[in-house]
Amino acid sequence: MKSETPLHRIEGLGAAHSGTQHFWRERITSVALIPLTIWFGFAALALVGGREVDVLTFFQHPWNAGLMGLFIITVLIHSTIGMQSVIDDYVQQPGLKVLSLLLNRGFAWLTGAVCLVALLRIVS
Amino acid sequence: MADIPHPHGARPRPLSPHLQIYKWSVTMVTSITHRITGVGLYLGIVFIAWWLVAASMGPEAYEPFLRAAANPIGQIILFGFTLAATYHLLNGIRHLAWDLGYGFLPKTAMWSGIVVVALTIVIAAGLFAWAYTVRMGGATP
Repeated sequence: MKSETPLHRIEGLGAAHSGTQHFWRERITSVALIPLTIWFGFAALALVGGREVDVLTFFQHPWNAGLMGLFIITVLIHSTIGMQSVIDDYVQQPGLKVLSLLLNRGFAWLTGAVCLVALLRIVS
Repeated sequence: MADIPHPHGARPRPLSPHLQIYKWSVTMVTSITHRITGVGLYLGIVFIAWWLVAASMGPEAYEPFLRAAANPIGQIILFGFTLAATYHLLNGIRHLAWDLGYGFLPKTAMWSGIVVVALTIVIAAGLFAWAYTVRMGGATP
């Protein structure tokens, strides 16, 4: 016996209510994160233990500011999807599940806004 | 889990064997480590945010950040972050190879896992050694 409604069968979607967007987004961001993470690693290594002025000078270069912005956005999309699959796997109680999913999204938007505003302040 | 009452009062349904019954394999360890490092890196985003905010607010705000990072606990966290990022990146490439259909033979999957773990230790230790010797000139912070 199929537990799908006819509409769901047409759409190819089950109880998850969504299709393969998350799967693809996770993969696309992971490919993008290979060069971005290597860049961030070397950037952080070049600035480690340095003064605040060195950080400012580094990010005032448009290339570095742009790459850092891309890195933050890509990391947040990738890690939000990753954390969502962790929540989907381990949090079973419906109320708690919705709350954790909301907190997960909220975390990404909040840290994203904080990082990008800080970056813009450094650049301007 | 075992305490879930059966709706009809009958004896509980048999459960399939779970984690504790299996012998740990390389692929099992690398799989759960990928997830654990992923969650760790997720929390680590807070440090990147703190770093950028501190730098954007001037030298007075950057000073406490530098002190926290140079502190032994800060150094352990930073090393853990480096280790987790290196592992997640390398093992992520392994996952992408699987997504393309390569490396599924049990032996191949086991060896690629061992290579990832070995490379992670070498690269993360190398990055930290570089940060200490080249960048900080071996000086204690």
